[in-house]
Amino acid sequence: MRQDHIISAKQLSREDIEEVLDRAGEIAADPSSFQGRHEGSLLGLLFFEPSTRTKMSFSAAMKRLGGDIVDMGTVESSSVKKGESLADTVRVVEGYADALVLRHPSEGSAKMASEFVAVPLINAGDGAGQHPTQTLLDLYTIRENAGFEDLTIGIMGDLKYGRTVHSLAHALTVFDARQHFISPESLQLPRSVRYDLHEAGADVREHTELDEVLPELDVLYVTRIQEERFPDESEYHEVAGEYQIDASTLSAANDDLTVMHPLPRVDEIDHDVDGTSAAKYFDQAHNGVPVRMALLDMVLGGDR
Amino acid sequence: MSSDQELRVSKIQSGTVIDHISAGQALNVLAIIGIDGTGGEEVSVAMNMPSDRLGKKDIVKVEGRELSQNEMDVLSLIAPAATINIVRNYEVVGKHPVERPAVVTGVLECPNRHCITTKNEPVDSEFEVLDDGVRCAYCDTIIREEIAAHRKSDTFRHSGAARLFGQVLLKPFCPWVVRRGYGLRLDR
Ligand SMILES: [Zn+2]
Repeated sequence: MRQDHIISAKQLSREDIEEVLDRAGEIAADPSSFQGRHEGSLLGLLFFEPSTRTKMSFSAAMKRLGGDIVDMGTVESSSVKKGESLADTVRVVEGYADALVLRHPSEGSAKMASEFVAVPLINAGDGAGQHPTQTLLDLYTIRENAGFEDLTIGIMGDLKYGRTVHSLAHALTVFDARQHFISPESLQLPRSVRYDLHEAGADVREHTELDEVLPELDVLYVTRIQEERFPDESEYHEVAGEYQIDASTLSAANDDLTVMHPLPRVDEIDHDVDGTSAAKYFDQAHNGVPVRMALLDMVLGGDR
Repeated sequence: MSSDQELRVSKIQSGTVIDHISAGQALNVLAIIGIDGTGGEEVSVAMNMPSDRLGKKDIVKVEGRELSQNEMDVLSLIAPAATINIVRNYEVVGKHPVERPAVVTGVLECPNRHCITTKNEPVDSEFEVLDDGVRCAYCDTIIREEIAAHRKSDTFRHSGAARLFGQVLLKPFCPWVVRRGYGLRLDR
């Protein structure tokens, strides 16, 4: 893979994705063989909004490769508070590190920032935009559990605002997956995502009820419906309740169904699902480390 | 052009004549090139004129103003058959049709207020041209309707004094003046 910056999952071809997932697989199988591989390398972390877990996952990945991190810290304690532009911030800090990880509330921020720096920049989430490392770890989890061959996936919850969903749906088109989108009508996929899926010739269907498709699914990807998306609390509770699952919901599903969730969850997956063989969301979260290790290894020039 | 039409749309000394504008689009063309009358330019607009090629067409003539390539690019989106005539000293010195580009840079502003191109950053807006609209290269937002309403507001007026006059002096007396800064919102 020859990618200087990792901005969007859309930039990655099927070959690129498989290369990352293969390397993540090698790492997961034998973590010690990658230890110390990037000793002396520094990863700069620029988190303009709090996301402790994504940050921890990148830190863990870099340290397991033998490298270290330099962290901008919180926005409150940085020059950004004094009104510095993002373009200036990244041009300064690229001098401190061999690669940068950026999380920023504005959509398109990672693409713009990458235009100002020479070191590789990885997008760790730009507002409601892209979050490619989440997509890659989702794909890794799907491949480990269900495989891409003849894959049927259901993606449920907030499809309008959920960026992990948009990015994943797009990436799945390169694997010719059958995709079912299950959501309340008010939270269906936005126009730009429909456009992309249509352009990619994706096999996509939309539903308002999970029952209609559950038996066909190999993977059910659940996302959170946030209360602030609804005008009032009672409407939220009424609607959100329809998109929650528990162990009894799953009795209608395939025996080898894989249930995923980007976490944190609130009550969209009942705790009684946790003990079932379908529950893979904690594995999914753990997969963030080998996948990010693979990606860092590649952008830092680990191809030998 | 017949003499009757010439009476209605006089010749200009130096500037731009935009001909073969799809009928009804003249005001959107003006919005795209950032002219709302407050900049002081002499502007003539002819609408629904007979045209061999288009049946009916609009014409816009602007004295003392030549268009940038970026403006012509955006123009092609709403007036795909338009011809741009550059006039110097009453002579047409350049005449070219607009071409629909793959990308339009600057001129338009992304309507997504969370988009990095709308923040205080050293970056131009950039839109990929689709079959039926444009799409922000940074945040993927698609504009399909009212492209002319998305003219960047910071380049909308040419004169700082005019802006000062409009915003500070007129505002207390004519509340509707404030709306001009956001461009013409005209349905096609
Ligand atoms: Zn945008």
